Amino acid sequence: MAARRMSSLFSSSHASTLLRSIGNYSGRGTSITRLSTAAALEELITPPVKIEHTKLLINGQFVDAASGKTFPTLDPRTGQLIANVAEGDLEDVNRAVAAARKAFDEGPWPRMTAYERSKILLRFADLVEKHADEIAALEVWDNGKPYDQAATDEIPLFVRLFRYYAGWADKIHGLTIQADGPHHVQTLHEPIGVAGQIIPWNFPLLMYAWKVGPALACGNTIVLKTAEQTPLSALYVSKLFHEAGLPPGVLNIVSGYGPSAGAALASHMDVDKLAFTGSTSTGKIVLGLAAKSNLKPVTLELGGKSPFIVCEDANVDEAVDLAHAALFFNQGQCCCAGSRTFVHERVYDEFVEKAKARALNRVVGDPFKKGVEQGPQVDSEQFDKILKYIKSGVDSGATLETGGQRFGSNGYYIQPTVFSNVQDDMLIAKDEIFGPVQSILKFKDINEVIRRSNATPFGLAAGVFTQNLDTANTLTRALKAGTVWVNCFDVFDAAIPFGGYKMSGHGREKGIYSLNNYLQVKAVVTHLKNPAWL
Amino acid sequence: MAETNSNGNSNSSLKIPEIKFTKLFINGEFVDSVSGKTFETIDPRNEEKIADIAEGDKDDVDLAVKAAREAFDHGPWPRMSGSERGRIIMKFVDLVEQNLEEIAALDAIDVGKVFSFGKSREAPFAASVLRYYAGAADKIHGTTLKLSNQLQGYTLYEPIGVVGHIIPWNFPSGMFLFKAGPALAAGCTMVVKPAEQSPLSALYLSHLAKLAGVPDGVINVVNGYGPTAGAAITSHMDIDCVSFTGSTEVGRLVMQAAATSNLKTVSLELGGKSPLIIFDDMDVDAAINLALMGGFANKGEYCVCSSRIFVQEGIYDEFVSKIAIYSKGLTAGDPFDPSTLHGPQADKAQYEKVLSYIEHGKQQGATLLTGGNPCGGKGYYVEPTIFTDVKDDMLIATDEIFGPVMCVFKFKTIEEAIARANSTQYGLAAGIATKDLNIANTVSRSIRAGIVWINCYLAFDADSPYGGYKLSGFGRDFGMEALYKYLQVKSVVTPVHNSPWL
Repeated sequence: MAARRMSSLFSSSHASTLLRSIGNYSGRGTSITRLSTAAALEELITPPVKIEHTKLLINGQFVDAASGKTFPTLDPRTGQLIANVAEGDLEDVNRAVAAARKAFDEGPWPRMTAYERSKILLRFADLVEKHADEIAALEVWDNGKPYDQAATDEIPLFVRLFRYYAGWADKIHGLTIQADGPHHVQTLHEPIGVAGQIIPWNFPLLMYAWKVGPALACGNTIVLKTAEQTPLSALYVSKLFHEAGLPPGVLNIVSGYGPSAGAALASHMDVDKLAFTGSTSTGKIVLGLAAKSNLKPVTLELGGKSPFIVCEDANVDEAVDLAHAALFFNQGQCCCAGSRTFVHERVYDEFVEKAKARALNRVVGDPFKKGVEQGPQVDSEQFDKILKYIKSGVDSGATLETGGQRFGSNGYYIQPTVFSNVQDDMLIAKDEIFGPVQSILKFKDINEVIRRSNATPFGLAAGVFTQNLDTANTLTRALKAGTVWVNCFDVFDAAIPFGGYKMSGHGREKGIYSLNNYLQVKAVVTHLKNPAWL
Repeated sequence: MAETNSNGNSNSSLKIPEIKFTKLFINGEFVDSVSGKTFETIDPRNEEKIADIAEGDKDDVDLAVKAAREAFDHGPWPRMSGSERGRIIMKFVDLVEQNLEEIAALDAIDVGKVFSFGKSREAPFAASVLRYYAGAADKIHGTTLKLSNQLQGYTLYEPIGVVGHIIPWNFPSGMFLFKAGPALAAGCTMVVKPAEQSPLSALYLSHLAKLAGVPDGVINVVNGYGPTAGAAITSHMDIDCVSFTGSTEVGRLVMQAAATSNLKTVSLELGGKSPLIIFDDMDVDAAINLALMGGFANKGEYCVCSSRIFVQEGIYDEFVSKIAIYSKGLTAGDPFDPSTLHGPQADKAQYEKVLSYIEHGKQQGATLLTGGNPCGGKGYYVEPTIFTDVKDDMLIATDEIFGPVMCVFKFKTIEEAIARANSTQYGLAAGIATKDLNIANTVSRSIRAGIVWINCYLAFDADSPYGGYKLSGFGRDFGMEALYKYLQVKSVVTPVHNSPWL
């Protein structure tokens, strides 16, 4: 509670000045003096936001859990309490689904014009923009990501996603279809009904936008379960959604744990559609629950072990920077992190040396502090898991170029870590670590790197770094992954679909493709008398 | 009817807006015409001058095209992302919505449109169409191709370039936004020529576009006449596409000019003589409401006006006797008066043309059921007019009158109705009034027209493309189809080696 006590001593004018100065910072970390651990912790910055919403949001009202239970959400900088949050479980999910069901079956949301829906989404985007500073602060406090990243990248992208989907609401087109005989055929793209959505903690707001945006644009109602690590920002923005005119019951937020609230949602007989983003192991459980209950269709966006391939003709300096960002962005907590850096043998030594230097230069510290590139991992469980993987890398004979330890003595900070000489069968080359651990692997020719890149149960994303058109085209088509970035990485426009091959999941989110997840297709066939043409 | 004022400014029920913009709008600035010439824009309520307007001709069009060309070839507009263009268009929509009253008032004073309807329906609808295209700017998708060799390919939908829009006077602000919206979303730049009858709202809207952040040179407005400014646009060698809404006669000239100059692509939204076919199973009162709306909305100055009403014989007599009574409820008067349902025709030429057609109808032996006369002492008012006993070959049954003149016909069978409805050189719109599913489906497929309304009429929607068959033109406004008019398709093909799939 130290942070909360300090907040009363911190005037709001100071807070806003601070936020502006943080928001104006746009440089990369290289020119900033690396912060010492002591500095990072002694000068812990009080997040300039009040925690106003900690209850469940059901049928337009903030309510306690039926059980009265709460769970703590912790500050990853310290492991200390931010707030106690109502803990939803089966009974709360039942209430939320009932509200969503009623809002879908009887309420105005699917019955108003698509244009009206789009205007509510647009008003919501405007409100989020207006409250961007507070929302960014909540996100950083709960998750530990750098403030600059949240404020200048993620919130604008969140707003952008809702504006994008607002533009889709009135452009959802079925087809009229030729029949073999005298029949008039058309397809109606109808909202699917009540969508259950389970989102992860690494990008709480963006995952919210990926899920909620298309579902609402299509006219569905929603029960959304946030990750227990990061329940706060979804509650805040959902309040704004209601201010923007969203009818009660359309969007219900249940905070809680996977085995209780998540499982209740996945196995609910009155949920028509499920979308899950998280680990592959949990994805299997979710799919199983859908299969055992009402066969609800499931979108899964799961883990990855994405290759980042640096070819011999690559500009090494650019490749190093991009590969570094591809892995370390968001403390390495990205499902599409470029966690296998394949480097051609002709540039390998230079690459390793520079990658190490870049990692050493990475600024770690209080994510609220200006210029910080890397904050703490989200919680102790992730923190412990990553340190175990680092130990496994060392034990299996990979070369630890830099990092490998906890950063500081408080909170869940980990040093930016680079391994070279990583072999394909090492655990750090196979498992999704979800932390700031870069594994560099050497390759000789393109067919070899294709084979090795694809030798994984995952298939989420891939990066290709080359100037050669044929190499780019060959790799692009050969890599079994849902996204291939060529000479770029982590490009997440609203219109670009994202999703996995193999055990990285089912279905695609974002773009026009995401609409299909939330629409039923109804073919309407009418007999024609005396048609003028067929 | 309400007394028409000798001076709209002093006696009208609403304060006439200050006329802020009367010059040409080129490269983000309001400028005089090169020649220094002006023309008068006239208030159709009282035939008095509203303002002197800069009169653009070829030299001004050249300047406007130069600005548009520069803005397209080197400016930011086609180079910013679709989402950024969408944001700017969205700001433009917000400004339009904040100024609905002023926009509706400018159209009302310029062409006699009923103000309350303009403010509450037409201008908001125009804004909603613009918002539709704001949301479309980032949803222009090409396709990746399935090629039959060791090749891969894709299509790019690129903005077509500099667009010339020539718009009519019947929906001045609406047409401006219907044309500019998709062209802006596509990333084009444009030269707009409003009709000489109605330059005011186009100038005001281009001012709002500038305030919203549309870069200079993207929208240029050249007021003037068809044979000078319009012809300069259609024959310009540096305009890539021309979009015209107006009469069929002028549409032919537009297409010829395009053909003899640089083969610019052309879309034409032209005249109509649209049928509304009412079947025996229809409730007569409901059918009359559709007919009155379709035939007399906007004083019949509507390209989709349902000027031919076909009524099945079983309900014909009841229909005719009732519509004669109901049409008298269309109160004519000052378009600024809230009780007015029927304003004056847009200008003297239209007014005289409408009256001459009424005279033709009488002379050729049609029965004048109601109306048929000018009304009010001053201004271009014509009574809502209905003819019965009209033969299919009478002038009033074949020509587009563009006024409040409705022809009512009797028919027996579906086949007869289809044949007679299609027996026109036009093919813009059609209405069907029936509760019978099979009749609705058969007739809707049989009618050669670009839009068919079943048990509704004038049901325009941003997402519903609209345009003509036959001499009503080609190309579509509204919907994503309108966006594609302003895009070029480029196929990009390259060899691909060792692909694991083809």
